[in-house]
Amino acid sequence: MEDGRTAVTLASAQDVAYAREAAKRAMTEIGASTVRRTKFVTAVSEIARNAVIYGRGGRIVFEIREQGGVRSVVAECSDRGPGIADVAMALTDGYSTGKGLGRGLGGAKRLVDRFEIRSSETTGTVVILESRAR
Amino acid sequence: MAKEVTTGSVLVEDFDRVLSGWLKVQASENVKRTDLVSAKESEKQSRDLLAALADVAPEAATADGFDLSDAQWAPVREALEEIAENRTERGVSAAEMGWFIASLKQPFFEILHEELGETSAELMREIWSATRIVDQVALYAIETLVQKREAIIERQRGEMTEVSAPVVKIWDRIVTVPLIGTLDSFRAQTVMENLLDAIVQWEAEIAIIDITGVSTVDTLVAQHLLKTASAVRLMGSECVICGISPKIAQTVVNLGVDLPNITTRVDLQSGLAYAFRRIGVAAGER
Amino acid sequence: MAGASGSVPIVTIAGCVVVAIRDDLDDQDILTLQDELVEEVSRRSANGVVIDISSLEIVDTFAGRMLGAMAQMAGMMNARTIVVGMRPAVAMTLVDLGMTLEGVETALNADRAIEAIRAGQA
Repeated sequence: MEDGRTAVTLASAQDVAYAREAAKRAMTEIGASTVRRTKFVTAVSEIARNAVIYGRGGRIVFEIREQGGVRSVVAECSDRGPGIADVAMALTDGYSTGKGLGRGLGGAKRLVDRFEIRSSETTGTVVILESRAR
Repeated sequence: MAKEVTTGSVLVEDFDRVLSGWLKVQASENVKRTDLVSAKESEKQSRDLLAALADVAPEAATADGFDLSDAQWAPVREALEEIAENRTERGVSAAEMGWFIASLKQPFFEILHEELGETSAELMREIWSATRIVDQVALYAIETLVQKREAIIERQRGEMTEVSAPVVKIWDRIVTVPLIGTLDSFRAQTVMENLLDAIVQWEAEIAIIDITGVSTVDTLVAQHLLKTASAVRLMGSECVICGISPKIAQTVVNLGVDLPNITTRVDLQSGLAYAFRRIGVAAGER
Repeated sequence: MAGASGSVPIVTIAGCVVVAIRDDLDDQDILTLQDELVEEVSRRSANGVVIDISSLEIVDTFAGRMLGAMAQMAGMMNARTIVVGMRPAVAMTLVDLGMTLEGVETALNADRAIEAIRAGQA
């Protein structure tokens, strides 16, 4: 991971596994605890899968940052999908437009230190996740 | 042609005078804290800091402002770090730290006054320059001291959490953790992690959480207990919560918190009796 | 005596179908594995399914749903499903996700799970 950035193209189920692998490497690099790493990788898995299944694919970029002596990994996942009409609703547990049980987005939010989502019909959905090393 | 006298030149040319003047002020202003820092240490720290300043300040302290976080100030910052480290350990307060540095102004002003005369414009200019340097250094010193103290508090908080929630293997395949005091989110998380790790380590089939010593059970604490019990179950072990006093039972029910599928017992003894029965060790349950 | 999903070996021990899931499975592999497990339960008339997930570094909602579905399907064929070896970090993550897998039995390891299934038969 030179210059602290890695990008993974999301087009298939196999790519979701690649995204998980990249997330794990980044969290290992910043020295995050097993619990923090596991939670972040799981969150990445959820949003990457969403991008593949509902967002017609896209890409996820990982970046290592440092603030106040604490390192963190930021993942930015953007898809080419139709966007989410009601973001607040999509974050509610039990809500899903697809056939999943809809714990994905809301659950992912609880697994990370920072969670941002932007969605529009023209630009698709962008989800940003951040987890600190400690 | 007379050489120009500046704060920078005083630092270099009159180094020994500034140092001895400073040490004298430290003694008279009682900022030395000889009870905490020995005279020898104080002198060495003062000398190191002043030497770093003499190296850097004449070049770096330009008239149009400067920033201690710039690379060229690194030697000064290092000297300050060392002093702060030492004084944090000794329990020196932030105010004392600031005053210790600020007292450096006096020898500066005296020498500048002597060299530049009563009322010259140069005197005013150099007093301002010296003030700016010393003030910046003092602020940096205070900030560093506070940071170091916060780091110590953070570390102690971690240690206290470890100490206050020790997971013990109480019997073959049974682990227990007694909770004492208040349970904030940070502690609850640590307790959960320690307990789950212990389950793996000891292959424990039963994990007993004893909340006898927990002062209050509010919604948050109840939720933490619930989460812990769920995680314990997912790992293939069983969670028993004991130490449910009449007061806690009332609070939990009044809060409207449900503890579904969680085994609860009044005290550790009955919790343990239950655990023995579950793993097939003979013991009568009350 | 073994079915095989790609290279995930499924074995039958004492009437229990036992599988250890590998970490690098993608969603498609997981679905294939689920199919094969159900087939195997039927073929062996097994009383139990033991799924060892100790190699899994993460279990997300997809894998979690598969475990729940597996338990339901096996249940309909009169077999108990026991998930064993979940790592502490995985358990904590699932709880945060709100996936507590209520319908799935758990045990510390495969030995205990097989013991439990046999005890249930007697």
